[in-house]
Amino acid sequence: MRENQVSDGGSAAANPKPPAGRSRMRRALGPENLMIGAVVVWFSVLVLFPLGAMVRGVFDSGFADSIRSLGSPVALHAFWLTLGITVVAVIINTFFGVIVALVLARQRFVGKLLFNGVLDLPFALSPVVAGFMFIVLFGPNGWLGRWFEAGGIRIIFALPGMVLATIFITLPFVTREVVPVLQEAGTEQEDAARTLGADGWQTFRRITVPSIRWGLGYGVCLTASRALGEFGAVLIVSGSVIGKTQTATSYIHQEFTDFHYAGAFAASLVLAVASFLMLMTMEVIRRRVTARME
Amino acid sequence: MGFGRKNTDTRGSAARYGDLGSPFVLRAIAVGYVGLMIALPILALSVRAFGDGLGSLWDSLRRPDALYSLELTVVMALAMVVVNVVMGTLTAWVLIRYRFPGQSLVNTLIDLPFAVPTVVTGLMLVILYGPQSAVGRFLSSNGVEVIYAKPGIVLALLFVTLPFVVRSVQPVLMGLDREMEEAAATLGANRWVVFRKVIVPSILPAVLTGAALSFSRAIGEFGSVVIVAGNIPMRTQVASVFIYGEIESDNPQGALGVSVALLAGSLLVLILLSLLQRIGRSRDA
Repeated sequence: MRENQVSDGGSAAANPKPPAGRSRMRRALGPENLMIGAVVVWFSVLVLFPLGAMVRGVFDSGFADSIRSLGSPVALHAFWLTLGITVVAVIINTFFGVIVALVLARQRFVGKLLFNGVLDLPFALSPVVAGFMFIVLFGPNGWLGRWFEAGGIRIIFALPGMVLATIFITLPFVTREVVPVLQEAGTEQEDAARTLGADGWQTFRRITVPSIRWGLGYGVCLTASRALGEFGAVLIVSGSVIGKTQTATSYIHQEFTDFHYAGAFAASLVLAVASFLMLMTMEVIRRRVTARME
Repeated sequence: MGFGRKNTDTRGSAARYGDLGSPFVLRAIAVGYVGLMIALPILALSVRAFGDGLGSLWDSLRRPDALYSLELTVVMALAMVVVNVVMGTLTAWVLIRYRFPGQSLVNTLIDLPFAVPTVVTGLMLVILYGPQSAVGRFLSSNGVEVIYAKPGIVLALLFVTLPFVVRSVQPVLMGLDREMEEAAATLGANRWVVFRKVIVPSILPAVLTGAALSFSRAIGEFGSVVIVAGNIPMRTQVASVFIYGEIESDNPQGALGVSVALLAGSLLVLILLSLLQRIGRSRDA
């Protein structure tokens, strides 16, 4: 059995098998197995062990204690707030993201290259700087902030600013997933539908949406998982007022800095499980798409 | 709004010009949205930063703790990039070329760092490698401080950027023509020569793309680093934490210089990436 595994690893490489006379030890230490070993160790040290340590931490610090801290009004408020912001950001970015994708995939216009580059900025920019930009723009003296201030609407250190920051951070995901699908699908079917008398909306609903739905689903998952876990940008614009503008991630941060580890671990585990489920959904989508392509 | 509206016009021209579905209106919405949500905030920050002249911007950047935080950020990010390029390429190689138990688990969980909130990342690392854990105590009794020290920063950056190099190199390796390698081997090249002359040139653009993406993510990283770093000015305070500190202590003016420096860094990396993409595409053609 053991012998089998080792030689399987070896035969996958393009090289001829070592002569039968060599010792098993020598083969086990061959370059393939050394490389595999290095990767597995690396992956464990960086990802698996920390993940396991956190799960153990929840149980070590008392499971009942963890559950109790999750049920506290402050924690519940933080989670509901995060969920609400995520839902709004996903809806808005899905709507506009599909429009931006349609424009990028189907239209040529002056400045498209620049437009395309600007769209990627939220991925490259520090979330803290992103939050700062919104403070500058929507603060009491900002270009837009002074208008809202005059109308009595608070953006910064309030819910609208947190939603705006989350939308900014997650803006490109839907577009980036949908554009390649649109390009691959082409316009033939849409043109055919239109020739047969379908109007723009009918064509979009009956032809375009079904052809982009997996890419769209993938983009929505990415948007939601990023929005659930966003910390820096939202923290900066929210002021993180406990029980008011404190999100799930800033609740974790607060519990951690206050040495309330049970609460921090439990809330982290909830968020980690949520992101894990999102990842699994994405994996299922990806399998489906590759299966269809083959 | 107008998507569902019944057209009063004749159908053909309505589909093109009559409602929200027309190309021009769609383009106006797209450009307006991206302009309002991305370009305008960046413009506002830039005008605020450069509005009072370069002198005052330089003043906010000249403080030793500001300069130190930028230097630390770049050094930590570069250290991460070196490790990530080696281990990321190796991981992609092993995942594509070999079969081993646990492979599909590794392949799936590679994307986990993109899904896990950064605060949770920081917390996980502190739980495992922090002063309260057995591993952390063992390390520090051997003189290695990880958490609340620089190695912890690099570790956190490695975690959050783990997928970039792997996911960028994997498809290229998969599409690599094995016949070239076999031909080189038949002509007497040993493994090292095949690797250097055949494999490295073909995966280099992908490796560099992954490295650039990791670097740009790392210079801006906040959530995981703020938890593992300890954030002592002039020792373990990175740029994003410096900005956060200045804003928290109600001194946005002090945050401007470092923010603009990070913004410039991100822009540079984006330009570099689009150049790399063009190189990759011209090679395909």
